Amino acid sequence: MTSLRVYIITRALLTIPMIFILLTLVFVIMRILPGNPVLAIVGMKATPELIESLEKQLGLDKPWWVQYIDYISNLLRGDLGRSMIWGRRPVIAEIMDRFPATVELTIGGFIVSVILGLVTGVIAGVKPGGKIDATMRIYSIVVYTLFIPLIGMILQYIFGVQLKLFPVGGRIDPLVTPEHITGLYVLDAILTLNFPALISALKHLVLPSFTLGLVLSGVYTRLVRSSLIEVLSQDFIRACRSRGLSERVILYKHALKNALVPILTMMGLQFALLLAGAVLTETTFSWPGMGTFLMERIAYRDFTTVQGTIVFYAVFVALISLVVDVVYAYVDPRIRY
Amino acid sequence: MRIIDLLPKRVWEKVRDAGIDGYMVVIGAIIVVFFIFIAVFADFISPYDPISPAGPAVTPPSPEYPLGTDSIGRDVLSRLIYGTRTIMMVIIISTLLSMAIGIPLGLISGYVGGKIDRVLSIIMDSIYAFPGLILAIAVAAVLGPGTYNTSISLAVVYIPTYFRMIRGHVLSLRESLFIEAARAIGAKSSRIILKYILPNTLFIVTVVFSLNVADAVLTEAGLSFLGLSVVSPTPDWGFDLKNGQRYFLSGYWWPVTFPGLAIILLALGFGLLGEGLNSILGGGERT
Repeated sequence: MTSLRVYIITRALLTIPMIFILLTLVFVIMRILPGNPVLAIVGMKATPELIESLEKQLGLDKPWWVQYIDYISNLLRGDLGRSMIWGRRPVIAEIMDRFPATVELTIGGFIVSVILGLVTGVIAGVKPGGKIDATMRIYSIVVYTLFIPLIGMILQYIFGVQLKLFPVGGRIDPLVTPEHITGLYVLDAILTLNFPALISALKHLVLPSFTLGLVLSGVYTRLVRSSLIEVLSQDFIRACRSRGLSERVILYKHALKNALVPILTMMGLQFALLLAGAVLTETTFSWPGMGTFLMERIAYRDFTTVQGTIVFYAVFVALISLVVDVVYAYVDPRIRY
Repeated sequence: MRIIDLLPKRVWEKVRDAGIDGYMVVIGAIIVVFFIFIAVFADFISPYDPISPAGPAVTPPSPEYPLGTDSIGRDVLSRLIYGTRTIMMVIIISTLLSMAIGIPLGLISGYVGGKIDRVLSIIMDSIYAFPGLILAIAVAAVLGPGTYNTSISLAVVYIPTYFRMIRGHVLSLRESLFIEAARAIGAKSSRIILKYILPNTLFIVTVVFSLNVADAVLTEAGLSFLGLSVVSPTPDWGFDLKNGQRYFLSGYWWPVTFPGLAIILLALGFGLLGEGLNSILGGGERT
């Protein structure tokens, strides 16, 4: 067996305890913490009979360890339960309605943050220690503290209300919604060659993606900078210089390519930041994704859906970090067990 | 890093000679002290009562109402001043809680090693990988609003940060000569941990603390923007920002902009302070 395959299998096996721990954490939060979910659903004035019947229905009257076994075995079968409101649809179906919107937004935010991070990081890393470097360092600290809702609203006001360049909320013009294939409107519009839909989807994406991407770009500024400085000090770069290659060729053809590798490692944690930031971005821009969905169901006290959504996030994050690590191992042959 | 480097005089000498990092520490410290001052003396600075209307609704900033009034006529400046208190309370309680759990676990895990270390590490790493705000949302949704409940929600998120930091540092300390010497003369593990290892991890805690608080400020503001933090009419920046959102696009910018800027400024203050200290004193992992 190749060492790469060994690595992938080991890494995949390590994902199992991680998912298990996160599922247990969600269970502890939802069931063991003080705060009775049933009281939260029906309100303080509910009759004892109503509370009892709801507890029975949710299985909350059983001992906690029985609840735990039920919970885990349901999840292993991929069953997240049914929503408690509006037609009691399966939670997973409800999530799948909203999930593509969040994926689309996170991809948009990711692209913006990488572009901004690359530009600022290269500017800083080419001449470390100077004034420009210091400015970029301050940039990376300041953007991280920009509070997403405030920045989002200011952008809405300038580019939506005043300049009327981009819509202030929503995902697409309802009149041109493309045929549902993947649920990612941009992709669906391209697949069905629906250009009005493509333009509408992209226009709706601009402001939320920029808001999310800007705030998270500082992380890449740092990474690109430090990684570029390290690569530029290596022997092969000196060899390039001694061969008389121009600084431009050295930077773009040799240094940057190598400097980008370590950035991959951070993508897993960066992804968690994107998902968290997406909750605030979605709420600010009325973006119909997982974040607005979660907040809406918390407001309706839809216990099973809230629990299911958090579980979904947990599994998703664990799988993403697995994928990132595997991709990293492909790109960098030094990473093996 | 030695304890002596943490003495105020030594830190100050380093800050003075540190160029841009020094400026960052000084500016960050000024901002943080400014907000602490406001939180402590809110009763004396605040021009109006923060929870009852002080004048006509949505008055733009004027000499009478320096930052304007909100949609029901409450003074934005007074709410901003008392809101400082709310966020500071949450930050202090949650940080103490995170430390109280994260630091001892990190010490034990790093020093004892073996199975305990492996189990604790994988648990903490898993929580660490989970998006912080979403974890806080889950806890806050179950516990309900209120200062203490919000503090608990934030504390859960940041326990792994302190744990990882302390554990990593203990692992390297454990191999150092003076610990070996202590072990050689027969000191008990508990004594070694408390007397020799703990004091040497304190500088890491100060650096991590500051960076971590910058993050916690944004998470608290996020939670309250989502309506999961305090109960109305408690003055709270994120919550006030949310309440102003409806009117913002019609041009009523002041009830949103000022609390928003306060959130950014406070996070920036802690961020600059932590960032500067981190690079002057060295060590510590970025969060």
